[in-house]
Amino acid sequence: MTNKLTRRGLLKTGAVGGAGLALPTIFTTGAHAFTNEPSGGTVTLGFNVPQSGPYADEGADELRAYMLAVEHLNGEGDGGMLNTFSSKVLEGNGILGKKVEYVTGDTQTKSDAARASAKSMIEKDGAIMITGGSSSGVAVAVQSLCQEAGVIFMAGLTHSNDTTGKDKKANGFRHFFNAYMSGAALAPVLAKTYGTDRKAYHLTADYTWGWTQEESIVAATEALGWETVQTVKTPLSATDFSSYITPVLQTDADVLILNHYGGNMVNSLTNAVQFGLREKVVNGKNFEIVVPLFSRLMARGAGENVKGILGSTNWHWSLQDEGSQAFVKSFGTKYGFPPSQAAHTCYVQTLLYADAVARAGSFNPCAVGEALEGFEFDGMGNGPTLYRAEDHQCFKDVLVVRGKENPTSEFDLLEVVEVTPVGQVTYAPDHPMFAGGALGSCNPGA
Amino acid sequence: MDAIILQILNGLDKGSAYALIALGLTLIFGTLGVVNFAHGALFMIGAFCAVTLNKLLNLSVETVDPTRTDFLGNPLKVKTPYVETWFGPEFGHAIIDWSVPLAILFSIPIMIAIGFIMERGLIKHFYRRPHADQILVTFGLAIVLQELIKHYYGANPIQTPAPGAFRGSFDFGAMLGFDPNTIIYPYWRMIYFAFAAVIIGGVFAFLQFTTFGMVVRAGMADRETVGLLGINIDKRFTIMFGLAAAVAGLAGVMYAPINSPNYHMGMDFLVLSFVVVVVGGMGSLPGAVAAGFLLGILESFASMNEIKSILPGIDQIIIYVAAIIILLTRPRGLLGRKGVMED
Repeated sequence: MTNKLTRRGLLKTGAVGGAGLALPTIFTTGAHAFTNEPSGGTVTLGFNVPQSGPYADEGADELRAYMLAVEHLNGEGDGGMLNTFSSKVLEGNGILGKKVEYVTGDTQTKSDAARASAKSMIEKDGAIMITGGSSSGVAVAVQSLCQEAGVIFMAGLTHSNDTTGKDKKANGFRHFFNAYMSGAALAPVLAKTYGTDRKAYHLTADYTWGWTQEESIVAATEALGWETVQTVKTPLSATDFSSYITPVLQTDADVLILNHYGGNMVNSLTNAVQFGLREKVVNGKNFEIVVPLFSRLMARGAGENVKGILGSTNWHWSLQDEGSQAFVKSFGTKYGFPPSQAAHTCYVQTLLYADAVARAGSFNPCAVGEALEGFEFDGMGNGPTLYRAEDHQCFKDVLVVRGKENPTSEFDLLEVVEVTPVGQVTYAPDHPMFAGGALGSCNPGA
Repeated sequence: MDAIILQILNGLDKGSAYALIALGLTLIFGTLGVVNFAHGALFMIGAFCAVTLNKLLNLSVETVDPTRTDFLGNPLKVKTPYVETWFGPEFGHAIIDWSVPLAILFSIPIMIAIGFIMERGLIKHFYRRPHADQILVTFGLAIVLQELIKHYYGANPIQTPAPGAFRGSFDFGAMLGFDPNTIIYPYWRMIYFAFAAVIIGGVFAFLQFTTFGMVVRAGMADRETVGLLGINIDKRFTIMFGLAAAVAGLAGVMYAPINSPNYHMGMDFLVLSFVVVVVGGMGSLPGAVAAGFLLGILESFASMNEIKSILPGIDQIIIYVAAIIILLTRPRGLLGRKGVMED
C-alpha cells in the first residue's frame, strides 16, 4: 500500500485541522460575552493590596475591610454599611445570587509586581473585578491592565490627580479623593488659620502623586494670596531629610509644606520638628508645617510631631454620620480597633461594585460601568456622593484634619477641623490639572 | 557661610552612621574575609532593640474608666505602664523617657549574641567559599531578618523619641558668633556624632593598645603565620564578629530617634556603606571611617539647592561619582592595603 502525499490531500487535511483548532476558540467566544463571566454559584473578586513592602500595614487594613465587605455581601455579620447605603438592591445573598469569594494578590507597592498579581488573579483565578492598592503609581498601572483585560478596576487608596486625570480609563473607578480636592479643601482653612500673607516652601516626593499634589497645593494657596518661595523635589528613597530641611532655614519661608506620604512623611516631619522649625518665628509669624495628605496609620509613626499639624483626609473613624458609625462598629467589633481611611475606601468600593452589578443585572463590565457612571448615593460616610460619568471620580465632602493635641487613645491622633462641602472641591472635567487623557470606551474583554 | 556650616554638620551626622556601619563591615572583612551583606540588618536590629525596650517599658496594666468611652462606646480601658506603678509616676515616666540611652546597655549583649550565632551558625561555613556565595547567603539572611522584624513590628515606622531633654535644637550659630537662629541644629544629632566618635575611638584603641587587638591586627595582616605561632586566631575573629555586630547595633540604637525605625532601614544604608568601604579601601579601618565622613559631607553639599540648580539630580549620584573618581585615581581606595581582594 502506498501513502502518497498529494496537493489536494494536503489542502483537505489543512482545512479539517484548521477548523478543528479553531473550534474551541469559536465556542469560547460565543460562550462568554465578557472576561471571566461567572458560570457557577460563585463569583470571584480580586483584592490586590500591598502585603509586603512599605505600605503593608495599610494593605493589611484594606484586606480586613475587603473581608468584612464580603461577609456583609454574603449576608453574614451585622451588615455594616449595607444598612445605611441609600441603594437597597443588595440583599445579603451575594451578588446576583452568587456567593462572593475572593483571591488576594500582593502589589508590594511596585507597579510591575502589582500588574503581575492582578494578571494572575484575572487569568488563573477568574477574578471578575480587581480592587485595592495604596499608591498612585500602582493604581495607574493596574487600571491600565484591567482596561486591557476587560475587567473593572475599583481603585483603593490613590490620591494623584492623574488616576482620574491623564491616566483615566473607562474600566477604572476611584472613590478616594484627589490632590486637587486636598488643595481646594485645605487652602481656605490654612488662610483662615495662618493668614493670607504667607511664604511657603514645598518639599515634594519625586513621583506622580507628589507632582500633582504640589501643583494642586501651590495653585490653591497662591489663589488665596500665599507666595511660593521654593519647591524642592526629594527622592522617594530618601530617609534622612536633614539636607532638605536645613536650606529652609536659609530662606524667608514661614510655612513648610510636606508633599510626602508614608515613611517619607514620617521622616520629613520628624526631621523638621527636630530642627526646631515649629519654634521658629519668621517674618514676625510662627513658622508652620502642613501635611496635605494625612493618614492615621502613618501619623502613628510620627508620634507627637503631628500635634497641631493641618492636613486633609478622605474619611475618619470619628465621623458621627450613620454610615461611618455602622462601619466603625462592624470593623471595630471584628478586629478590635477602628478602620483607617484606606480600609473605608476599599470597603465602600466593594459595596459600590456589588450594587452596580445588582442594578445592572449583569457582571458585564460595560453594564457595570454604565451603572456606576453618574450614580448618586449616600450613607457611605462622606455625605451625598456622585460617581461622575466624565472621569469616574467620586465627588463628596472632604475632611480637613489637625493632629490632636491631647489624644485619648493610640487611635485618637487626628481631629476633624472642617468638613469641606463637595461644591468647594468640585472641578470641571476638562480642568487643566486633569487634562491629557481620555476615558476611551469600555472593554468587556473576551 | 552659615549654609555651608549647616551642611558640614549634616554631613558629619550622616557620615557618623556611614562610618559606624562601614567600620563593622571592614572589621568583618578584614578579619574573616567575609563580605557581609547582613550588616545593614544588624544596624536595623540595633534600632529595634531601642523600639523593643521602649515597648517593654510601656507594658501596662489596664484599668476600666467608667466615666469615659472608647471608639465603640464601651467603657475606656486606661493603660498605666508597670514601671510607673512600681516606681511612681514621675520616676517611672523618666525611665520610659530615657529608653533609648538605656537601650545601649540592653542591646550590647543582644547584638554580641546575634553576632556569635550568625558567625558560628552560618557564616563560618562560607569562609572558604567564593565572595559571590558569601554575598548571596548574607543577603538572604538580611532579607530573612528584615521580614522577621516586619512580621512582629509591622511595616510602618515606629517612633522612638530621644529623652525629652534632648528633643529640641540649639542655636549653634550664636555659639560661633553668627546671627541668632541662622545655624540651628538638633541636640540628638550632635550627640549622635559625639557617640560615633567615642565608639570609633574605642574600637581603634582596643585594636591598637590591647594584646587582643594586637593579635587581631597581626591576624588581619597574616593569618597563617599567627596560626603557626599557636594562637587560636579563629576564636578571636569570632569575637571580632560579635564586636562588629555590637558596633552596628549601637549605631542603630542611637539612630532610632533621628528617623523612626522601620524594617527596611538596614537596606537603605547597606549599599552606601559598601561604597564607603570600597572608597576607603577594602580592609582599612581608618579608610572606612574617613570615607564615611567624606561621602556624608559630599552628599550633604550635593543636596544644597544652589548645587542642584546647576546639576539637577546630583544629590542622588554624588556618592557614586565620587567613588568612581577616587577608584580611578586610587584603585585600592583612599587607604587600601596592597593584596586585599586582588588575588
